[in-house]
Amino acid sequence: MLRKGIALAALGLALIGGPALAAGGHAEIRHVDWTFDGPFGKFNPAQVQRGYKVYREVCAACHSMNLMYFRNLGQPGGPFYDPEYKNPNDNPYVKALAKDIQVNDIDSETGDVIQRPAIPADKFPSPFPNDAAAAASNGGAIPPDLSVIVKARTGGADYVYSLLTGYRTPPAGLKVAPGQNYNVAFPGDLTPFWSGDHKKVPPGGFLAMPSQLTPDKVTFDDGTKSTVDQQAQDVVAFLAWASEPKQMERKSFGLGAMIYLLIFTVLLYFSYRRVWRNVAH
Amino acid sequence: MSGHSTYEPKTGIERWLDTRLPIVRFMKDTALDFPTPKNLNYWYTFGGILALMLGIQLATGIVLAMHYVPHVDHAFASVERIMRDVNYGWLIRYMHANGASMFFLAVYIHMIRNLYYGSYKAPREVLWILGCVIYLLMMATAFIGYVLPWGQMSFHGAVVITNLIGALPIVGEPITTLLWGGPAVDNPTLNRFFSLHYLLPFVIAGVVILHIWALHVPGNNNPTGVNVKSKDDTVPFHPYYTVKDGFAIAVFLLLYASFVFYNPNVLGHADNYIPANPLVTPAHIVPEWYFLPFYAILRAVPDKLGGVLLMFGAIGTLFVLPWLDTSKVRSMRYRPTARLYFFIFVFMSLVLGYCGGQLPDNPVFGSPSGFKLLDADINSMVWLSRVATIYFFAYFWLILPVLGLTETPLPVPESISEPVLSHPATTPAGAAASPEKRG
Repeated sequence: MLRKGIALAALGLALIGGPALAAGGHAEIRHVDWTFDGPFGKFNPAQVQRGYKVYREVCAACHSMNLMYFRNLGQPGGPFYDPEYKNPNDNPYVKALAKDIQVNDIDSETGDVIQRPAIPADKFPSPFPNDAAAAASNGGAIPPDLSVIVKARTGGADYVYSLLTGYRTPPAGLKVAPGQNYNVAFPGDLTPFWSGDHKKVPPGGFLAMPSQLTPDKVTFDDGTKSTVDQQAQDVVAFLAWASEPKQMERKSFGLGAMIYLLIFTVLLYFSYRRVWRNVAH
Repeated sequence: MSGHSTYEPKTGIERWLDTRLPIVRFMKDTALDFPTPKNLNYWYTFGGILALMLGIQLATGIVLAMHYVPHVDHAFASVERIMRDVNYGWLIRYMHANGASMFFLAVYIHMIRNLYYGSYKAPREVLWILGCVIYLLMMATAFIGYVLPWGQMSFHGAVVITNLIGALPIVGEPITTLLWGGPAVDNPTLNRFFSLHYLLPFVIAGVVILHIWALHVPGNNNPTGVNVKSKDDTVPFHPYYTVKDGFAIAVFLLLYASFVFYNPNVLGHADNYIPANPLVTPAHIVPEWYFLPFYAILRAVPDKLGGVLLMFGAIGTLFVLPWLDTSKVRSMRYRPTARLYFFIFVFMSLVLGYCGGQLPDNPVFGSPSGFKLLDADINSMVWLSRVATIYFFAYFWLILPVLGLTETPLPVPESISEPVLSHPATTPAGAAASPEKRG
């Protein structure tokens, strides 16, 4: 009886104290010095171009980007922007990139569903016709849309980068369910799956997506060495741009606005001093 | 309002209009010549800042409504279309979203200033109550507005908050059904929230007019809390306070702009960029920062109905505050004991805000003590928020009523001009003509 009570108490203590005392629930997020960080940060067009290629050749097989149009690639601030073509729909590079992709359309003569090469005004096509098809092809998990992924995750670009490069061999004592993959950056609490030392629960969590990036999986046209780290950084730069294509416009507009407001503030301060100089207050 | 009018119509048209609709006279008396205590400090500039923020929210909101689609299938994408394809849509939307936070920051400072200088006391009780009505309307508008982008936090926040109303006996369920427009939060909810989000700001604008009217009858309070005795105590609103408010507004706009241009999403929650999915609940549903103190009070009570009542009680308390404070001295400058309790009150409100953003079972220091009191560990956010909640209510219902009767305040100056003014004039009074009369 007494022994049972002690065991129960110990179990209770372990359940209460366990998660907080142990390391479970934390994740390893690594910071990258992004070119687009800070008030003066800008996207590096070459990097975003490489990132688009990674998205197109790797991610796009499963992940949609429903908010993106091919024309976005050629708009001011976009990776393929060419000042000669103010209208991104005329940009020959963007036209060529779009042409490589087949999109669904309706034949206006017959009403049949047809496929045709995309034009810059087209949306990025989804890899799956609907959520059910996406789930069926991915072990029940629906690959999230990547249009605003960097804004939609706590940690932003650092998190997405850490996730893409965060796949590790699960340490001995960690039980990984079939169809799941261990990742040190994925949020979760691995305590229930951990049979090792209570105070050393491994960081991270499980997700359905397996590791995708391998060396030389994508050949970069500009000769950049195609390491996993390079691919991850480049695709994250692309996704960060896609999450907010007007980001550079925002920052440059902001600089002007701040300078204007600062001058305005100084002028008002001296006006205030002058108006009030004869009033004790 | 400001005694006799100094307006003299100069042209024939002005004279013609003045005998028919004296609107120019009204504007001059209330907005330009209005006698204002000359010792108002920067804490008094937040009224002007709030008026500007309301204007910005209305202007940006009207433009956003031109592009927004209030439908569960299109709302999220239409907001992103504003960010991507509408000319300067990103600017308008970020101004609106961060403007809400700035609006609340300003209103909290405005209220704290009011509490410190005792501006809610006679004869300004109606002015204060109208302010509380505006605050309540602001909270409703902000909550409803946060639902409109139809992200994960929008949807699940709407579910949580509307369910709170359902906890009220008898009236709860019909009100919830009316808010939902059906058996759950869905498209009809979004539709009516959009309609209400467009309506309420104009109701706020109406109450703001009453608020300013109620301000102009007794005139401004001031940091000494002493009534205006003579003309020496006041200066005309323009140019003295237009320029002082203007300077404060510009500083405030710098802060606002730094959020809009450089950290536009830091005050929001990343989950709200995930389209709403009723089948997936976010790990932690947290309201926007300006609701966190009330969220902490709500969660401090183990019973749902009790929590809801206490949360509304916290706001309701503000309405009766003028009759809870028994002290005849307005300003806490002359109430050293009350001032101490006041600063603890401000600190406890911040503690409540902090607790509201944490998980209730999170330990406050280090690891849990293992000592359980009632339903939770003693070293947990829920117990910290209970302590802070008790202080929050004790401040209004116990400390202020008792202290007003027992404390000995410091001597209060005879008039505004009498105490040693902090900024003496640089030139002797009367040495130069008053600037408002010069070009």
